[in-house]
Amino acid sequence: MALLETKKVVKRFGGLTAVDRMDFTLEEGRIVSIIGPNGAGKTTFFNTLTGIYKPEEGEIVFDGHPLIGLRPDQITSLHIARTFQNIRLFGNMTVIENIIVGMYPRQRQSAFDALLRTRAFKDEEKSAQDKAIKLMKYVGLGNVGNELARNLPYGAQRRIEIARALASDPKLLLLDEPTAGMNPHETDEAIALFRRIRDELGITILLIEHDMRVVMNISERISVMDYGVKIAEGKPEEIRSNPQVIEAYLGRGAIAEMTAS
Amino acid sequence: MAKPTQTNISSLLKPIWGWITKGITPYIILVVYLAISSFLVFNSPRSLPAFLMFVSSVVLLYYLPTKIWYKAVLGVLIIFVIIPIVGVRNIFYLEIIFQICVFAALALGLNILTGFTGLLSFGYIAFYAVGAYLWGFFGGQQMFLLHAIPGSAGPPGKFFLPADTFYLFLFLGFGLAFLVGILLGLPVLRVRGDYLTVVTLGFGEVIRLLATNMDKPLNLTNGPQGISPIQRPTLPEPLLQALRVVLNPIVGHEVTLNEFYNLFFYLLALAIAVVIIIVTVRLDDSKLGRAWIAIREDELAAASMGIPLVTTKLIAFAVAASFAGIMGVIFSASRMFVSPESFIFMQSIGVLTMVILGGLGSIPGVILGAAIVVIINLGILTDLSIYLGELRQSDKVIPIINFAWKNLSSQLDPAKYQRLVFGIILILMMIYRPNGILPAKRRARAIEEHFVELNNNNNEKEAENGAA
Repeated sequence: MALLETKKVVKRFGGLTAVDRMDFTLEEGRIVSIIGPNGAGKTTFFNTLTGIYKPEEGEIVFDGHPLIGLRPDQITSLHIARTFQNIRLFGNMTVIENIIVGMYPRQRQSAFDALLRTRAFKDEEKSAQDKAIKLMKYVGLGNVGNELARNLPYGAQRRIEIARALASDPKLLLLDEPTAGMNPHETDEAIALFRRIRDELGITILLIEHDMRVVMNISERISVMDYGVKIAEGKPEEIRSNPQVIEAYLGRGAIAEMTAS
Repeated sequence: MAKPTQTNISSLLKPIWGWITKGITPYIILVVYLAISSFLVFNSPRSLPAFLMFVSSVVLLYYLPTKIWYKAVLGVLIIFVIIPIVGVRNIFYLEIIFQICVFAALALGLNILTGFTGLLSFGYIAFYAVGAYLWGFFGGQQMFLLHAIPGSAGPPGKFFLPADTFYLFLFLGFGLAFLVGILLGLPVLRVRGDYLTVVTLGFGEVIRLLATNMDKPLNLTNGPQGISPIQRPTLPEPLLQALRVVLNPIVGHEVTLNEFYNLFFYLLALAIAVVIIIVTVRLDDSKLGRAWIAIREDELAAASMGIPLVTTKLIAFAVAASFAGIMGVIFSASRMFVSPESFIFMQSIGVLTMVILGGLGSIPGVILGAAIVVIINLGILTDLSIYLGELRQSDKVIPIINFAWKNLSSQLDPAKYQRLVFGIILILMMIYRPNGILPAKRRARAIEEHFVELNNNNNEKEAENGAA
């Protein structure tokens, strides 16, 4: 059974249909990309998946749970985690706190446990800290746990965001342009990290990406969006040669030119 | 330009601080400083500088690195011996310390709302009013006057409830304010950012106007005149007698019942302030506290991390309100009087000043902020006023410019410039130290050890590379 399935999802902003009757199926354990030109509706589609936007029409089912009408925090509790296109860390919290915030839906302590500093509270805080340290190492962060997140360089912030997302024990990880702004070396490291996350942790990954090198390198399947509509879907090599995709990216006439030359 | 001077100052201070904090020096400094300042306050009960020196000894006690038992011993000595003695000698100091405790609690409450959760509130004092009017109504004679014309006197000496139900009402004030916090929070949280601030301002005024106008058709609040008298809990006479035996010779006069009440309310407010500090510290470093701060930092990201926004913000409202509610009960009992005057918009701004001055989100900061604002308000400005008043009475003349003090306009009375001073404080803080006197710090965790291995590995790798 598919881990995530959307049927005819529509999201409109005023007169603009940002996502138009989107049918999308994601099998468990895959790494899948959504690509498309700027303004194609990729991030809007992500936001409808995570409950930030409510779609006007359609169905979204994740792991047997219908997601339409749920709040973002409820959707996160169902083991979907995400990162953001422009990094959104909690800047004035330490790195380790940022990651522990990611464990929010999995922590069981009540405010009374915190006030009385019960055994259960201390154990949970200790294991949260240990887990955060493990995650920091996993994503390749050094000893920066006590630094404020906003003081760290861009690449490290991207890693923290991924560690924070992993902290919520996701089954599905949504990455919104995770390699934007990275240099080629950092990009290669990121690709290796995503592979490890899938292979070692068994987490399904859906990513939005602009960098074709990344997309073609890592994706097992690719969906292409343009003007809110899914125009193509398939394996990387199929997408590479799909005329509609080339047209969407390079404009009408591009194919003619390519064949002419 | 500003930066080099700052580093210069801190580099100058560093060796001094290093010397002060080494070995047994801090122990000696503390005890000597405390002894001198206590002696000065004891000897000249009217001298404000002596009192300020005494207050600063408490700050020193907090910051100088000594063993915890040493701090505890000195703390107990200050709370139960020195303050009662110097406080009874000059009851005004006891009043200042009482107000510092009350406002520190309020500032800590507002800090949860504004400092942690980032919900700027201009109507926080409303929750204080809820607690104060709760005990005002049940602890006064209002129950007998429900159908009377506002302002009529109650049956002399007769109260609706026994005085000692006050202790129960501490909890009820806490609970009621908690509920009111949730009730107000529900509609307020439908809006965000600046709009939320405006709505809280509206609610603050609504509560005050309710207090002013709920004298008809049922006289619940006695209108603008306020409720008076309000009961205080009883103090056991034998205990007072025993304390008089000890205190009378030290302070040099017969300690009156009112002075004992001042002592009692000081200790009660301090005890509750301490509980509130513990609660705030513990919540701050927990799932709930992290969720509050995450919401302040980035609401959308917080929601995406699984934090339910509305519930978490409502809890912030309720907890903040409950701190104010319990202090409201103490306030109305200690004044034996409550009126809408005490809950004007300026009071909300006053508490906000404390929070901003000390440092948004910083627990020691807002306590210090509360202390500074109360001392400026009650101590320094009032003292200056009295001093200028005395000069005006005298025939003294400023030499050179030949200005006779008695010609000084009474418009220049510093006590009238409270708002001006607050305004200047807020502006200066926003420009030069937007994070406050003691900016908020996140707890550093002992996690070095987990990365030692990593560093070693790296070093080994580098060594290998070097060898190759």
